[in-house]
Amino acid sequence: MSKTYYDPADLRKFGNITEWNEELGNRFFDYYGKVFEEGALSAREKSLIALAVAHTEQCPYCIDAYTKDGLQRGVTKEEMMEAIHVGAAIKSGATLVHGVQMMNKVNKLEM
Amino acid sequence: MATKSLLARNNDIANTTRQLEILSNGIFASGELPTFVTKIKETNQFPLRPKKLEILQINLGYMCNQVCEHCHVDAGPDRKEIMTLETMNQCLEVIQKTAAHTLDLTGGAPEMNPNFRWFVEEASKIGVKDFIVRSNLTIIRANKKYQDLPEFFKKHNVHIVSSMPHWTRGKTDKQRGNGVFDKSIEALKMLNKVGYGIENSELKLDLVYNPSGAFLPGDQNALENDFKKALKNDFNIDFHSLFAITNLPISRFLDYLIASENYEDYMISLVEAYNPSAVANVMCTNTLSVSWEGWLYDCDFNQMLNLKVASKVKHISTYNEELIQNRNIIINQHCYGCTAGAGSSCQGVVA
Repeated sequence: MSKTYYDPADLRKFGNITEWNEELGNRFFDYYGKVFEEGALSAREKSLIALAVAHTEQCPYCIDAYTKDGLQRGVTKEEMMEAIHVGAAIKSGATLVHGVQMMNKVNKLEM
Repeated sequence: MATKSLLARNNDIANTTRQLEILSNGIFASGELPTFVTKIKETNQFPLRPKKLEILQINLGYMCNQVCEHCHVDAGPDRKEIMTLETMNQCLEVIQKTAAHTLDLTGGAPEMNPNFRWFVEEASKIGVKDFIVRSNLTIIRANKKYQDLPEFFKKHNVHIVSSMPHWTRGKTDKQRGNGVFDKSIEALKMLNKVGYGIENSELKLDLVYNPSGAFLPGDQNALENDFKKALKNDFNIDFHSLFAITNLPISRFLDYLIASENYEDYMISLVEAYNPSAVANVMCTNTLSVSWEGWLYDCDFNQMLNLKVASKVKHISTYNEELIQNRNIIINQHCYGCTAGAGSSCQGVVA
């Protein structure tokens, strides 16, 4: 048993989740594979969305995976950083937009 | 950025025996990863045998005006290994009788061999129609004496294949050296100007994409589209096809993998991406590689590892196609580089 919660080598074992539930595991991976196929969005665009979401989800496995995926697709450092700023902007926006709720509450409670 | 070859720096990796040791030890010796022999045995593809010989790939020398970070030849300005006229004449004799239809000239920068043009002209006289020159582009801009190369290429209908790791300056210069991007763009414009790379033009201009780091190339078609769009929009440059080539873990790229602690992960990526259907079409099955000294190899990579063909005939001077074609191809763990994903060869993907 590892002494840390995250081990980079575990990412390669992701597929093993099917061992304990083959049907659901396989359905998930089929779905996952389909999602990232070329579609109305290009696979490259999807890779950048995945990179941004990987950061907002703070998933170290996903960050490793989609950084490498981006490099393989010729995505530049500048594009990657802009993508995660989009994630960060939504994250901070989501926090700040709740400020309106705070303001509403203050306005309701204060005389 | 290095400006000298590993050889000139007395780097341990310049020793081919040392490279082969590294490729056989560690995760392969411990059994964590299967050796290439074990892997191709799974699909009954061992021993690997040549098919019809189509391409004679001749390395005219290791001298180059660039010192690329990933170069499997360890080429550079300090490399003095250059094919002599005598060996060239031996090659010409073989070219007259071989069944191979394509003459693929590489290096180093093949154009830096002082007899490069003579060799192309002589080969042309004896009937070679299908020439490939692996030109690094910047050579055309390196010195006045090279500036008419586009015209020379055109005259002999040479198919030009050139490296271009990215459509942006930053990524290109990091791999190939400062200023390489701008010079490459200038050279591409010169080639376009004489008719190379233009849609429907007979004058073929293809680009080679090598990843600039410890990762595999992405989808060749998608990369080609991105390259085409960017080079057209930014510089009004046209080219025909893009070949996505995987970096093999030898020479300077191996040195980089080890120094950056990426070696094991890279080998794991290669083995995980192993594609048995790529094995059937790896380039060693239709190509023969000739070194600057006239030695024969299954491929340019085996040449750089000094793994001569497993045949009685090992030198161009005693060439016998029938004997040579009846051989087993020498393989080692570096071969995983040619069988990853859609496969990789000097002509791009193979599966």
